[in-house]
Amino acid sequence: MHPIAEKIQSRFPEGFLSANEWRGDLAISVKREALHDVCAYIRKDPELDCDYMVHVSSVDWPDEAERFEVVYEVYSIRKRHRIRIKARVPEDDCRVDSMTDIWMGADFMEREVFDMMGIRFNHHPDLRRILMPDDYTEGYPLRKDFPVQGKGWRDTFDFLNDPN
Amino acid sequence: MKLEDQRTTVYKVDPNHPETADLPTLRTEELLLNMGPQHPATHGVLKVIMELEGERLVKSTPVLGYLHRGVEKLAEGGTYHQFIPHTDRLDYVCAMYNNFAYCRAVEKLMDITLPERAEYLRTLVAEVQRIIGHLFWLGTQALDIGAMTVFFYTFRDREILLDWFDELCGARLTTSWYRIGGVERDFNDSLIDKVKRFIEYFPPKIDEYVIFLEKNRIWLARTCGVAVISAEDALSFGLSGPTLRGSGVDYDLRKYEPYSAYPWCEFNVPVGKNGDTYDRYWIRIEEFRESLKIIKQCLEQMQPGPIMADVPSVTLPPKDRVFTNLESMIQQFKLFSQGFDAPAGEIYCGTEAHKGELGFYIVSTGGGNPYRLKIRSPSFIHMGAFDYMSKGYMIADAVTIFGSYDIVMGECDR
Repeated sequence: MHPIAEKIQSRFPEGFLSANEWRGDLAISVKREALHDVCAYIRKDPELDCDYMVHVSSVDWPDEAERFEVVYEVYSIRKRHRIRIKARVPEDDCRVDSMTDIWMGADFMEREVFDMMGIRFNHHPDLRRILMPDDYTEGYPLRKDFPVQGKGWRDTFDFLNDPN
Repeated sequence: MKLEDQRTTVYKVDPNHPETADLPTLRTEELLLNMGPQHPATHGVLKVIMELEGERLVKSTPVLGYLHRGVEKLAEGGTYHQFIPHTDRLDYVCAMYNNFAYCRAVEKLMDITLPERAEYLRTLVAEVQRIIGHLFWLGTQALDIGAMTVFFYTFRDREILLDWFDELCGARLTTSWYRIGGVERDFNDSLIDKVKRFIEYFPPKIDEYVIFLEKNRIWLARTCGVAVISAEDALSFGLSGPTLRGSGVDYDLRKYEPYSAYPWCEFNVPVGKNGDTYDRYWIRIEEFRESLKIIKQCLEQMQPGPIMADVPSVTLPPKDRVFTNLESMIQQFKLFSQGFDAPAGEIYCGTEAHKGELGFYIVSTGGGNPYRLKIRSPSFIHMGAFDYMSKGYMIADAVTIFGSYDIVMGECDR
């Protein structure tokens, strides 16, 4: 196993689930409850020192028990390593702790995840839709059960359906 | 009341002062101002709701999404090859770099190594695109701040390079010249000639822009010390590119995680000190010169050879064979319509575009389509820092600040 993964495992034996290294990318899966602690640890620990927020993303796995996956990718400018931290979130309790207190950039990136996938972030200062309109009621577009052409909201716009 | 009387009205400032008890009270309240969505200085359709105290910004809330086209969702429905033209429309002023970043991500997923010539061609064109991007930025930023002349000069030179793109791939903006595993076509002699002439032509022009701006007191007053962000905060926000390097962090993926032909070329990464708008401008000026250096070295070191990796299950067959050979035509058709079988897994691949780190996070479960494709666009992430950076500055500085990120809304909203 990768030394960084071992370090995190020994620090969080309960929360650590698995580590995977593929094509040079290190991905570490943790339990949802431990996600915030793990992130705070890799930010603060002088050997890991992940001070740079790369992106926050989410993946929908509709056939699996814990449907959503939140992905945080961080980088260390001084140590030059990239770590991807992932946690699964079930659909009936679609919540995870926000990282806005660790990386300020998480604010917008988490809002985008909420907007697109419907995952809520606890303690987020301003959790609103960001790319879709505020009054958008069709759900969350990047979920796999959302059709590409939308759910019919657009058909109610007169100016799009005007035959002239 | 006569006009003269109105002018001399004296308002009460301190309500408890006995001498001013009879004077009228001055009305003070916070003002809410909408900037955009249609505003010439917002580089697209961006709306910012500004809470003002006098002329000072107390809080600014960017309202994004006017250009949201659901590119990430569209990617899930198409094959990997089909997505290349979509990337042109992300950052539509610098399409080549988007193609480059996307193709690199897919190559990482498929584990393809490119022939040397293809790498040099890619690097050269990417650096030409970087010059175009910075020229566009410099012209519009100066225009927004009030120095109009520079705009005409930078767009004159940008035009030369866009015509060069036109000759290279038939399009000026939506280029789609990069392919997974290589590039679409090789340079001809005329193109090489024109680049060589441009290398001679351009350095005096850079000095020209510098003379226009660095002796311009308005430009200096409006950029020096405006929108200062410390290195630590910039990293925490995930800023990248010249916006981060202006704060003194030398984070440049071309050096940190060398790719393509960059490890074979010598160049420097300019780094600022103060983290203000001026430093971010200075870095871009210096990057003109560094880009020219890279282009020159690519031209010198480039050897004849194949321009496409030889992995027939993934890469497209040469165009001349597609038109004359049935099997190649079928192969081309199948690669585009069904796609190639990608291994299951997930990768993130970041590329140093001229705005910052443009990354693609691809999750594959096998098959011809990406299961999930996430675009890490620098413009979107930079807008996240806007409220923080604009606090306490004047309304007019708002334009300077998001101008200094070099935002393009097509990329920001995706």
